[in-house]
Amino acid sequence: MANKILSDPLIDNNPITKQVLGVCSALAVTVKLEMALVMAVALTFVLTFSNLTISLLRKHIPMNVRIIVQLVVIATLVILVDQVLQAYLYDVSKQLSVFVGLIITNCIVMGRADAFAMSNTPRDSILDGIGNGIGYGTILIIVSIVREILGTGQMYGYQLIPMSFYLENGGWYMNNGLMLLAPGAFIVLGLLIWAQRTYTGFVEE
Amino acid sequence: MELLQHYLSLATKSIFIENMILAYFLGMCSFLAVSKKIETSIGMGKAVVFVCGITVPLNWCINNFLLKEGALTWTGIKGMENVDLSFLHLIMFIATIAALVQLVEMIIEKFSASLYTSLGIFLPLITVNCSILGASLFMNERAYTFGESVVFGVSSGSGFALAIVSMAAIRFKLKYSNIPDGLKGLGITMILTGLISMAYLAFSGIQL
Repeated sequence: MANKILSDPLIDNNPITKQVLGVCSALAVTVKLEMALVMAVALTFVLTFSNLTISLLRKHIPMNVRIIVQLVVIATLVILVDQVLQAYLYDVSKQLSVFVGLIITNCIVMGRADAFAMSNTPRDSILDGIGNGIGYGTILIIVSIVREILGTGQMYGYQLIPMSFYLENGGWYMNNGLMLLAPGAFIVLGLLIWAQRTYTGFVEE
Repeated sequence: MELLQHYLSLATKSIFIENMILAYFLGMCSFLAVSKKIETSIGMGKAVVFVCGITVPLNWCINNFLLKEGALTWTGIKGMENVDLSFLHLIMFIATIAALVQLVEMIIEKFSASLYTSLGIFLPLITVNCSILGASLFMNERAYTFGESVVFGVSSGSGFALAIVSMAAIRFKLKYSNIPDGLKGLGITMILTGLISMAYLAFSGIQL
């Protein structure tokens, strides 16, 4: 049971490709692998602790104000993450710009808090948070690796494609600038969703 | 005249060039969920324009009169010039938005029952619509003036509405096409959005 909660969101019930949650940030921060990694860690942290807090409070939250309560818990955690990033990883924090703040409105956090943590024990909720965080992170990392390699020829800042291949050095290769722009993100994620759904056999009506 | 021109170019920029969905990916969740029908997407678009147009200037006021460093000087209390509450901006912005959405929901329920039923559960979802909070955060990051924040709020909302309505129209046509099983629904919508966004890149050549 516990294993299932942890492993289910990785492929079968992935938050991005299956539940369609948290797509916004998945597209925006995937230009570089470094940004994607920081974002994945930040989101997993917020998700795990918001799930834990909501789950501990679940018997005391009145149903009709639950959204506000959840927002306050999540916003507090996001402020913590934002301040820590600004203090220790200032450059990455500048690049991520508004997207750290937008973890508040990231549907994964709200969605899991409302759908899972409100009706499950703290232990299961933590596992669910970690599982969904990792599932989200996996997609982010795959998309960002594809975009960074095709867009700049680099991976985590290291040049993968030899410089002598490039056109300006007498070679034949050119970076695909489109991958760094918005359309590249949409198309890479679209193809990834196709691959994941072919693998799991899920068909949407 | 100068000012009007400045506002017009800001509006064009935020509707077409820096479109909330197609350039910044904000509000994707509701974009994907609501764009199945044209009528609902028009309703959603209107609601976003409205909420965005109000929350951005409202958050501007909160930011400039309460949160920024030295913003509390107007109270006249000694020592207030050095108070910096800007780390609270995230929670204040989201609280304003949540309260306003609740208000809009009550108003729509009272005056337009048909719109209320057609929007259904998506109205509360506006609270967690990234494009609303995103607009407020961009307003803060780019240090707009009050006038600019009004223009920016309305036009970034319009950009969202434009994108969601055009997507709904395309998805309507898509019903009659033969798509591979795994690509149905989310997959093909993503790729289509990519193509629309590629078309919008053409606007980025405009000199403003």
